[in-house]
Amino acid sequence: MAYISNTDTDRLEMLKAIGVNSFTDLLAPIPEAIRWQGDLPIPPALDEHNLYRHLSALAARNANAEQMACYLGAGIYDHFRPAVVGALASRGEFATAYTPYQPEMSQGMLQAVYEFQTMICGLTGMEISNASMYDAATSLAEAALMAVHTTGREQVVVLNNVHPNYREVVRTYMRSSSLEYVEASTQTVLDLITANTACVLTQSPDFFGCIQELAPISAAIHAVGGLLVVASDPVALALLKPPAQYDADVVVGEGQSLGNAMAFGGPLLGFFACKKKYVRSFPGRIVGGTVDAEGRRGYTMTLRTREQDIRREKATSNICTNQSLLALSATIYLSALGKNGLITAADLSLQKAHYACTELCKLPGVSMLMPDRPFFKEFALRLPVDPENVNEKLIAYGIIGGLSLTPYGSDLKNGWLICVTETKTRADIDALVMAVGNILSEGTH
Amino acid sequence: MDSHEPLIFEMSRAERRGANLPDCDVERTDPALLLGAANLRDSLPLPEVSELDVVRHFTRLSQRNYAIDTGFYPLGSCTMKYNPRINERTASLPGFAGLHPLQPVETAQGALELIYLLQQHLADICGMYATTLQPSAGAHGELLSMMMIKAYHADRGDTKRKVVVIPDSAHGTNPASAASCGFKVKGIPSNSKGCTDLEQLKAALGDDTAALMLTNPNTVGLFESDITEICRLVHEAGGLVYCDGANMNAMLGLTRPGDMGFDVMHFNLHKTFSTPHGGGGPGCGAVSVKQLLEPYLPIPVVGKDEQSGKYAFDHARPKSIGKIHSFYGAFLIAVRAYTYIRALGPKGLRAVGENAVINANYIRTQLQESYDVAYGNPICMHEVVLTASRQKQRSGVRALDISKRLMDYGIHPPTNYFPLIVPEALMIEPTETESKQTLDHFIGVMKKIAVEAIECPEQLKTAPHFTPVSRLDETLAVKSLDLRYEPLFTDSEPKQ
Repeated sequence: MAYISNTDTDRLEMLKAIGVNSFTDLLAPIPEAIRWQGDLPIPPALDEHNLYRHLSALAARNANAEQMACYLGAGIYDHFRPAVVGALASRGEFATAYTPYQPEMSQGMLQAVYEFQTMICGLTGMEISNASMYDAATSLAEAALMAVHTTGREQVVVLNNVHPNYREVVRTYMRSSSLEYVEASTQTVLDLITANTACVLTQSPDFFGCIQELAPISAAIHAVGGLLVVASDPVALALLKPPAQYDADVVVGEGQSLGNAMAFGGPLLGFFACKKKYVRSFPGRIVGGTVDAEGRRGYTMTLRTREQDIRREKATSNICTNQSLLALSATIYLSALGKNGLITAADLSLQKAHYACTELCKLPGVSMLMPDRPFFKEFALRLPVDPENVNEKLIAYGIIGGLSLTPYGSDLKNGWLICVTETKTRADIDALVMAVGNILSEGTH
Repeated sequence: MDSHEPLIFEMSRAERRGANLPDCDVERTDPALLLGAANLRDSLPLPEVSELDVVRHFTRLSQRNYAIDTGFYPLGSCTMKYNPRINERTASLPGFAGLHPLQPVETAQGALELIYLLQQHLADICGMYATTLQPSAGAHGELLSMMMIKAYHADRGDTKRKVVVIPDSAHGTNPASAASCGFKVKGIPSNSKGCTDLEQLKAALGDDTAALMLTNPNTVGLFESDITEICRLVHEAGGLVYCDGANMNAMLGLTRPGDMGFDVMHFNLHKTFSTPHGGGGPGCGAVSVKQLLEPYLPIPVVGKDEQSGKYAFDHARPKSIGKIHSFYGAFLIAVRAYTYIRALGPKGLRAVGENAVINANYIRTQLQESYDVAYGNPICMHEVVLTASRQKQRSGVRALDISKRLMDYGIHPPTNYFPLIVPEALMIEPTETESKQTLDHFIGVMKKIAVEAIECPEQLKTAPHFTPVSRLDETLAVKSLDLRYEPLFTDSEPKQ
């Protein structure tokens, strides 16, 4: 076996040095009754060549965004990823390191994470950022828990235009901690905020791609001493006013689109930024700058006394791991694109999404679901037919269509959420419009 | 090469770009008109560097990072084994990496099949009934397990079960996860052999017991020989038994937690199944359960229609604890773990377990003269815990000093000061992928350091001497918080 370095001779020498006659002697602590006999019931080993063929065959049964034009968004985005991101982030020195518990041997990753924290602060406008978290959904749930702990209140209000999956995850966390989860619409939210509300969870751009007005909610929740939590899209933040300017207390989001693969939805990159006053209660790892014994600048994980390995059941969160390698990719991505590149990527997404929306709405029976709300790179249409049927037929055109909104609410029937990023050319979009036009006109005959 | 590397922000020059983006090929409208002028930001504090700047900066940073690829990494409890390159190749196939989680399941049958197969293989490896791949990390798997246990008791109307019993040798995530789920944590001291004390356990159990959380082999690297009796006692009290699977590497093909009586366990795919740790993530804390907990698994569950052979996501599971991840968990980590399991097969996995145990016991017996082995030097499983108590007493050299001195010899230190029940702990996990030669080198260095601890203790207390930075002032890092590059936010232009 190529992954095991010891030879039979090595093993014999080692067993002899250990002072046992055979490997079985080392199993003495395991009672015989529970020792596994024979082979595990899994398939036999494959050599590397045939293993690759097997995995390639599984992969070939999936339609992917390299072969197809993908117009799905809803939290996972097909943005352009420069080659430098993969080339650098896949270096073994980064990829095969553990958590930087020994800072003297981990300055590379620690500095990169410090740069990541700085960039997240730059995008969100917040004062501090942690080293990253699992994904946007759990970051939002952790933000709610932090608000509960810092306010001593047990009710969390969630806007119903927050991504439905994020809401479901928050609901799971609230349920398991016996906390009150209240869902509000933009119409009811101001009435539902009370002196018992720990925080309001919002998203902008929201699940439908639209800009959520934050100022009135911010005023209302702060009037009762609760926290404003905003989930956002880091690419949109290249153009949009940072949530900090609406006095957000916590800003979270999904960093997948910053240079990471769509990856069937994982691994993902949650980010978590907040006001400095929460520095001792916010979850996750944090990297800080310091100096070494010679006064040279260096980086280390800091504020570790909040964490589970020291505080155990009194920790601010049970979170231990972050998503370092994805945070590194995001840092490389944001460095490569830089200020102007990210603005360009965001602007191209904005322009192309609006072009696609305008063109699709010219088709008979197609209209915007929320025509009065400004949107960024995603927009919801209403189709004259079931969007699932349209999506099914689009496959033959080499297109992965938008998300059918029908399952997400009775008022969303035949809704179709389309995402357009800078990866789509005008010709791609024209092809989409033509294909949808064809499918809709076939359907009427 | 070890010279100071500036921050990317310090390299910034206005108007520099490191990526080529397309021109706008549609009619452009002013963003202020599309989004509303009041919604737009004034400035964006990000660096401006060239592609070459980016390549050099991050390559230099990588050279300031130690990793399995650069050397021996015997970090106890972390299973720093070699990460096979074929795993990276399969995980980067566009047919996996380029999938959108919401694309029609008919267009992702290969991905669902892989998830389904890996779930099955993991269940078979640990002797359980069903598996979910959704937790993003070990601690996330622990939290999920606690949620399911809570739901299980609640479902039976057994509402008084509010206590989770945890030995004092456990990982800190165990009590933190139980507490996050609203349980009261009851700690029990380990016995004189470093294992669970049956009398203490009996005294802790009662009709308020929701579960026992136990790591096996435990964090001292010792197999809990009384495990079947432990599980029986917890079950008798009406509780469930959770296995922290951080140390599963020791048991592959040798013994299965399901057969010991555990009801639920988490795997760390990034430990046992060789997916790269990534400098602290991404991981995957897959959870396997016995049949009694299967209804509570998080949604969606990947199912197979045996008639059509088609795979689908099942959301209609009324007893499910709900969703715990934005989508389905770390799919690309699952691809790597699946690749690894198929590369090894049953015989290869057993060889992993065997060699992990041989390697740890080899280190134990070769270092038993120079250092004290915790709990009287018993046979260990995949890791051995030494204590530097002798060194500390004699010359004030602590586990931390020995760890830092190892860096001077180009070796990553073991885990230190854990488990908490061993003073001056040095927890060494060599893993199965290291050769006898590598171990002999490590053993030689450790012996040399033991001599240095007597002859020149200052050399250790001031170590490391040959790393890019020397010992860092961690107190200053807390006292004077520096969590971002401030000039970026205070200067009108980035520092030139």
